[in-house]
Amino acid sequence: MTTVTRATLSEHIYSQVGLSRHESAELLESVLERIAVTLERGETVKLSGFGTFSVRQKGRRMGRNPKTGIEVPILPRTVLIFRPSQILKAQVNGEALDLEAMGDSED
Amino acid sequence: MTKSELVAELVAANPHLLARDIERIVQTIFDEIGEALSRGDRVELRGFGAFVVKKREARTGRNPRTGDSVEVDEKTVPFFKAGKELRERVNKNATRRRRSEKLAAT
Repeated sequence: MTTVTRATLSEHIYSQVGLSRHESAELLESVLERIAVTLERGETVKLSGFGTFSVRQKGRRMGRNPKTGIEVPILPRTVLIFRPSQILKAQVNGEALDLEAMGDSED
Repeated sequence: MTKSELVAELVAANPHLLARDIERIVQTIFDEIGEALSRGDRVELRGFGAFVVKKREARTGRNPRTGDSVEVDEKTVPFFKAGKELRERVNKNATRRRRSEKLAAT
């Protein structure tokens, strides 16, 4: 298993479009930054064919320090959620998308 | 925000680039992440997060409508874990927003 990083993705952008390596890296960064800023505002980011990023509020609850067993409150917080699209789910299983199984839940 | 809105924002911010190229770049990024996951690779974008695939064992499930049991095959699912920086940014801003809403209400 290998790890794909920013460098790998920039290289793909570089070979796809006639941009310089530097511009490719910058554009990748601005894509990620725009997604981040949108999520920071609490908005959802829907990328059709890929998936949806959204934020969800979690209420206060009691947790426990697993080492000491002492109860500690876990404060209300906002977490980030990614829901993969049906297309991405099918892709990672090496399947073509089954339209019938898709129902109407597609993003 | 949708993919086309993301593309439109990038087009506006990069007047020296062609809209067509920006669209292709955005598409390439997400296609490549998908390709990597389908090879079983991990995609790690520091500060943003990591995309990985997780294996789910075969199990006996139930059709929720009829109650019939069905065999569910082993499968892999895409999974995203937000990076520390992004996780903190999202949480910090939400906390600030909640506070100012509370102030406005008083």
